[in-house]
Amino acid sequence: MRLRTPIQGSRLARRPSESGAFALVAPAIALLIGFLVIPFLLAIGLSLTNQRLVSPLPLRYVGLDNYERILADPRFWHALANNVTFAVIVPTAQTVLGLGLALMVNQQLRGISIFRTIYFAPVVMVLAVVSVVWRLLFAQSGMINAGIGAVTGGSFQPNWLHDPTLAFPAVMIMSIWQNVGFPMILLLAGLQAIPGELYEAARVDGANGRQIFVHITLPGLRNTLIFVLTISMITSFQLFDQPYVMTGGGPQDATTTLMLLMVQVGFAEQRIGQASAIAFVFFVLVLALAVIARRFGPRMTEES
Amino acid sequence: MAMGRSRRRIWALAVRYGLLLVVAAVFVVPLLVMFVGSVKPDLDVLAESNSLKAFRPSQIENNYADAFATSQFGRLLVNSLIVSGSVVVLGTFVNSMAGYALAWVPFKGRRLLLGVVVALVIVPFQAVAIPLLLIASKVQIVDTYVIQILPFIASPFFIYLFYSFFLGLPRELFEASRIDGAGVVRAYTSIALPLIKPAIATSAILSFLAIWGGLFWPVMVTRSVEVRPVTVGLSQVAGTLPTHWGDIMAMSVAISAPILIVFLVFQPAFIRSIASSGLKG
Repeated sequence: MRLRTPIQGSRLARRPSESGAFALVAPAIALLIGFLVIPFLLAIGLSLTNQRLVSPLPLRYVGLDNYERILADPRFWHALANNVTFAVIVPTAQTVLGLGLALMVNQQLRGISIFRTIYFAPVVMVLAVVSVVWRLLFAQSGMINAGIGAVTGGSFQPNWLHDPTLAFPAVMIMSIWQNVGFPMILLLAGLQAIPGELYEAARVDGANGRQIFVHITLPGLRNTLIFVLTISMITSFQLFDQPYVMTGGGPQDATTTLMLLMVQVGFAEQRIGQASAIAFVFFVLVLALAVIARRFGPRMTEES
Repeated sequence: MAMGRSRRRIWALAVRYGLLLVVAAVFVVPLLVMFVGSVKPDLDVLAESNSLKAFRPSQIENNYADAFATSQFGRLLVNSLIVSGSVVVLGTFVNSMAGYALAWVPFKGRRLLLGVVVALVIVPFQAVAIPLLLIASKVQIVDTYVIQILPFIASPFFIYLFYSFFLGLPRELFEASRIDGAGVVRAYTSIALPLIKPAIATSAILSFLAIWGGLFWPVMVTRSVEVRPVTVGLSQVAGTLPTHWGDIMAMSVAISAPILIVFLVFQPAFIRSIASSGLKG
């Protein structure tokens, strides 16, 4: 409860500021309603219809037909499996490797900031660009196979992006490389926020390097680690650019994702109703992850 | 004894730098392949990519001229610049205005609006893209700059970013302006805007990176070379056989070089901005 004299409240602050405030928020409200709220509600509504992008047929309510059709489509299960695999492996690998990199660039060495910059550089690169570059690296006669050949003697020379079992791992390797600098930079900030006295006290008590890492460094980074993991998991469901450019979702749908499938169904096949159903399923997944992260994230930290 | 210790120190230092360099190579090599490939003949790029020749062109070819001539790459760069620039400029105003009002101007429904903005942060653009495609085709703005710009101006995330930034500023600043009799809008332009440069930098960097590198939306709503962005152009050239690797690498350099240069110059601001966001997976 704010205490205000009636005169102040009504004349001095309210009247002129109300219209001024409206002028300031109106553009944002109008754009958010037009390009976020209405399309979002429309996605739910359209997913219950036979809407097509261009169609001579009249619009018809079809109940949950679109959802049934998606669930019966093997491409959907392929896509979902890929998204889940990606969401488990890539954020985990990125966080573990990012922690390693953060420890490396946290050393007191001359020129260390140059290495920090280099490790972070791929994060600012355009995904479509790094995807085409890695397509070249993953070519059968490319640099990655040359490297593998040099180490193994040349027995394992796969055609990465044309092999259904290796194409998606290739997409994941590239994605880990591209964004590992993101957890690195956050974890570096986390490392530097751990008070130096804790380390000194541990050393005085005779703790070795491993004990210090397990009992001081890791607990100190707990919040950052959880934040990095959950945010990368949530964004990983948006996976589109890398498979679109590297493989186009192939071979044999081996690298398809929910977003690739949605564009395929809604744009290429022009089935707006069914694509809206995919969009809604995607949203529910993202929302569920966000809710889980919010519920369990802070609690885990409170226990410690 | 002293000799042994200093020699051991040098070795330890060498090992540390050695490890740092090996890891650096992992990040630099793909970018180096791109830069060198951009001045090699098309066939050499792939043929020489499995040896050290990948970093040393045996023949030089100007793929840039080629890319600009055959795939109208210059036009695509202009398109991307217009679309990203518009989103950055318009978004800065729209989102900071809303954030300012939510933080400092009392009006009816402010709490509710703030709650709605926070809730909308969780809705990814991808979840609304399909209905938006339908709307765009009904009102016939597919294949224009407008449909590439409008959906990305207002952003709940950036509104919230500005809102929290304004909350961190001393309250007296804004109260003084009210007593002055300065209008709310004038207080925003003359007092608020100059104080929030860091937040403006963050939102400008993040939205520029997102729109300049965006592929998902333009794949669906651009058809002609007059409005198509560089990312779609690149993926089309990359998907056409026979693969012109030299041209592809030249286009890749032209797309990345501006970002890399700005990144190297404004590194702290860049890193701070990206650290404050989720960005891409």
